[in-house]
Amino acid sequence: MSRDPHDAQVEITIGNLLRWGVMISAGVVLASGIWYLVLNGSVPRDYRHFHSEAQDLRSVSGVLNGALHLSCPHVIQFGLLLLIATPVARVAFTVFAFMKERDWTFVWITLLVLAILLFSLTGLQRHI
Amino acid sequence: MNTLEFSVVVCAVSALAGFLGALTGLGGGVVITPVLTLLLGVDLRYAIGATLVSVIATSSGAAAAYVREGFSNIRIGMFLEIATTIGAVVGAMLATRAPASTLAIIFGVVLLYSAWESVRQKSDRIHSAGCDPLADKLRLNSTYPGPNGPIAYGVCRVKTGFGLMFGAGMLSGLLGIGSGAVKVLAMDRAMGIPFKVSTTTSNFMIGVTAAASAGIYLSRGYITPGLAMPVMLGVLAGSMLGARQLMGAKVRVLRLVFGVVVAALAIEMIYSGAAGKL
Repeated sequence: MSRDPHDAQVEITIGNLLRWGVMISAGVVLASGIWYLVLNGSVPRDYRHFHSEAQDLRSVSGVLNGALHLSCPHVIQFGLLLLIATPVARVAFTVFAFMKERDWTFVWITLLVLAILLFSLTGLQRHI
Repeated sequence: MNTLEFSVVVCAVSALAGFLGALTGLGGGVVITPVLTLLLGVDLRYAIGATLVSVIATSSGAAAAYVREGFSNIRIGMFLEIATTIGAVVGAMLATRAPASTLAIIFGVVLLYSAWESVRQKSDRIHSAGCDPLADKLRLNSTYPGPNGPIAYGVCRVKTGFGLMFGAGMLSGLLGIGSGAVKVLAMDRAMGIPFKVSTTTSNFMIGVTAAASAGIYLSRGYITPGLAMPVMLGVLAGSMLGARQLMGAKVRVLRLVFGVVVAALAIEMIYSGAAGKL
């Protein structure tokens, strides 16, 4: 029951994927966060009362569209989406890792987890 | 407070919570929500959304380090993630329907449990393979690095663990936390997985579980960039610093103090929820 070298390689790749995902998203959020504070720093703001965010900040496509037009809150939200995408990318990568090992039971298990994640992120859940 | 002052305060508080959370192993996310709601008056839904995002940051950051050391078990993690992600989707959907007072009370109870779990003595018995035929079938049994080479371990009561993981996922989606304490309960107590393997695998799973509820939070408008930004950056910076500190004797004292602080926040949270203040 020893760990084969292939397994170790997979773990190193997953480790790097997670590290880079977090670093890149933190970089985007930090840069756009400073930009946000330069623009809005002196405006009073608290979060005492919940009023749902604008529609275009509430979907992946809306965020991407706003970020492309360099709208500051959208770029922050895009950075947060990169962070949310990091574990999703990890799951997607694991599908290939299990395929290489020809472990079909786990290919299906991982695909099922990926499907649940995409169901949540693509907004399909809005229809329930 | 203007936006700049507010962001600086939130970032500093989040950094402190992240630092202590990483140092004590309790996780920073779990104390941010009570601090934001009780001390800074943030609406519970915004607090939950911002905390969830920071949970993904810390768990992915920590998992990147753990996975290299060979303690975490990807097969166990992936199999149980079926339960946690479905639970998280259900929990996040319930969160959008449940009143804030109910959420606050549940939050307080989970917080109390987490505080108790963090100071509890850990047993480290190892089961042999063949404990549960399902674990053999799924090849969940594995080894972890010990001082004298790899130590083999078997996995028990897979179905019970799977059920508990559904509960852990639901709490995560409901409250925007990693619910690491419940995940460790399922793996450590129910499935008999060695402590080091269960804590690192749980950390590995937290990010995936949180990503499953994040989509629902996003579409309901719980994730607001102006608040999530300082929380995420603060928690990440704090927990990276905390993880670098060596675990020494002082940590035991610190863990106890932090546990008491968390318990106090938990009681305040339950009280505020019951009194309808949130």
